[in-house]
Amino acid sequence: MSENAAGSARDTAAGRVPPRGSEPELVQLLTPEGERVEHPDYSLEIADDELRALYRDLVLVRRVDSEATALQRQGELGIWASLLGQEAAQVGSGRAMAEDDYAFPTYREHGVAWCRGVDPLNLLGLFRGVNHGGWDPNEKNFHLYTIVIGAQTLHATGYAMGMQKDGAESAVIAYFGDGATSQGDVNEAFIYASVFNAPVVFFCQNNQWAISEPIEKQTRIPLYQRAMGFGFPGVRVDGNDVLAVLAVTRAALQNAREGSGPTLVEAYTYRMGAHTTSDDPTRYRLTQELESWKLKDPIERVKAYLVRTGKADQAYFDGVEREADELAAYVRKGCLEMSDPDPLSIFDHVYAERHPLVEEEREQFATYLDTFQSADGLEEAAAPTGGH
Amino acid sequence: MTIITLAKGVNMGLRAAMEADPKVLVMGEDVGKLGGVFRVTDGLQKDFGEDRVIDTPLAESGIIGTAIGLALRGYRPVCEIQFDGFVYPAFDQIVSQLAKMRARALGYISLPVVVRIPVGGGIGAVEHHSESNEAYFAHTAGLRVVACSNPVDAYFMTQQAIASDDPVILYEPKRRYWEKADLDESLALEQAAPLHSARVLREGTDVTVIAYGPMVKTAMEAATAAAEEGQDIEVVDLRSLSPLDTETIEASARKTGRVVVVHEAPGFLGMGSELAARITERCFFSLEAPVLRVTGFDTPYPPSRVEEEYLPDLDRILDAVDRSLSY
Repeated sequence: MSENAAGSARDTAAGRVPPRGSEPELVQLLTPEGERVEHPDYSLEIADDELRALYRDLVLVRRVDSEATALQRQGELGIWASLLGQEAAQVGSGRAMAEDDYAFPTYREHGVAWCRGVDPLNLLGLFRGVNHGGWDPNEKNFHLYTIVIGAQTLHATGYAMGMQKDGAESAVIAYFGDGATSQGDVNEAFIYASVFNAPVVFFCQNNQWAISEPIEKQTRIPLYQRAMGFGFPGVRVDGNDVLAVLAVTRAALQNAREGSGPTLVEAYTYRMGAHTTSDDPTRYRLTQELESWKLKDPIERVKAYLVRTGKADQAYFDGVEREADELAAYVRKGCLEMSDPDPLSIFDHVYAERHPLVEEEREQFATYLDTFQSADGLEEAAAPTGGH
Repeated sequence: MTIITLAKGVNMGLRAAMEADPKVLVMGEDVGKLGGVFRVTDGLQKDFGEDRVIDTPLAESGIIGTAIGLALRGYRPVCEIQFDGFVYPAFDQIVSQLAKMRARALGYISLPVVVRIPVGGGIGAVEHHSESNEAYFAHTAGLRVVACSNPVDAYFMTQQAIASDDPVILYEPKRRYWEKADLDESLALEQAAPLHSARVLREGTDVTVIAYGPMVKTAMEAATAAAEEGQDIEVVDLRSLSPLDTETIEASARKTGRVVVVHEAPGFLGMGSELAARITERCFFSLEAPVLRVTGFDTPYPPSRVEEEYLPDLDRILDAVDRSLSY
């Protein structure tokens, strides 16, 4: 009986998850065909050079991503989490940020990192296994990648609470995915941000899949509607439309900076690739779905618009391609040159202040390692005279 | 000299730290107007405002997670976990984030966050209010773990923990919150013993009893009782569980040759296990007896009507001392 009751509630619920393959309502400024459309709540004035710059960003981050995937296939990276398909969500939101704003990424925000000016090589370290991240988050206001799903949303909220205490006119953007919305931490972050009116934008890239689990396993209502229950606005944007993402995120960040508190942005997009290079999506999803999303490609629509309106010519596109190839070569070379860390570096940075146990173990391990080196040294020293 | 309770010692320590550094924040459940369920934060919100003494939503992972964000922004949050058994919802944030983020960032950032936990049993409480979970955190690299046992240490260790640039778990023995001692307020923080030092509370020659937090008082009572039977017990208050003050511990073990470790937490893989292993590794030829442990049992913490049977007491300590002396 309860199953029937639940079933009928689901059928009659006002805002249920759109059936797979249907077209949900969302903010759009550029159609998949590359037609510029207007939205009553989100207007966007954008100069031609800005538009071209967004196109360039999209192409470059896709190229970095495909090069990293190739490097993984060739054994140079242990794993890679591809952003393929999510370029517009990341570039649009990344470019919406002001310099003093702060981003808290998952492990897939390579496009946001690019917009913040983070060297793409910095991102490869953890995937190659030479560090766990290792960049200075305060240099570009781009926090370290966080692997535990959703944990960073609380850090983002706390950071935003700090900005608020400082009286700063800045905001934080917290990235997470559709799967993360089921995590307690994300829900706690919503509550803290709401109660303290923290200047944080919760930017959910709903790419429809949490590894093998479709969005239906995470929610019965569209994700952006969850915001209402927490007491702040939620908006769903076409995550493959860089202009709409830019406009929506800009507005949300500005509201946060002005003291209007958090916003949940659901960027409706699609994970075109596998969850990571270790995943095989053919086991759980249909090619047909992938094909339908190919028609909504985030880059093609910008190119179509630029071509149709004459805002960019072939020479421009060729230039971007050349630049992408150069960037890929830089990423490849830098990756291959990334050497393994010194074994004793394991003991570095565990604590800010002296810790006798760490020091003791480092010393013991160094002494142990030296026993091998001195044995090698003896062999080498003996070689010139030991031949006869 | 002022007579203070242990709870007041923590309170005064918090107040001193907040007065010294405007970046110090106090946050947790009911820490504001109520002053905490043990009144440890009493009066702080009134004097420092809601902006610095923050009543948080009832979500422990949120307390620690947002404290990490605040620390990244340059604040020094002191988080109160209301009872020991309520820290587990925050376990991931403590173990996977708070402890590891500095190493993840190759030292570019520090997280000066203090997590205060009223710990242990003996107050007749319901389930989850009497636990001793220090081993989980002492096992985790990146955290510092300390336990105060008396009002004066509470006052100084609170300030020292806040001053540390590393995350510190500060255990407060809840059944000793109302114990009293004289505090000389003219003493500067720099004059206090270092945060990570152990202290020989009572010198003796026959057996070393190592305890920390709530068990220190019990160990001292056991030593007094043993003296009447002619046994000269040395009592070491461990104070710091991670890192260990190995120098003080080993000196005492070498001197007496017999060591008994006492704690409320279950024995299996507890602090006593680590102490026994280290003392055996380092002081093997000075030992007259194996290191013995007097601990809570390896069961869930029992209902309060039988908690006195579960908790190590004077007699169980003396029994272990006798066994140690029998070798």
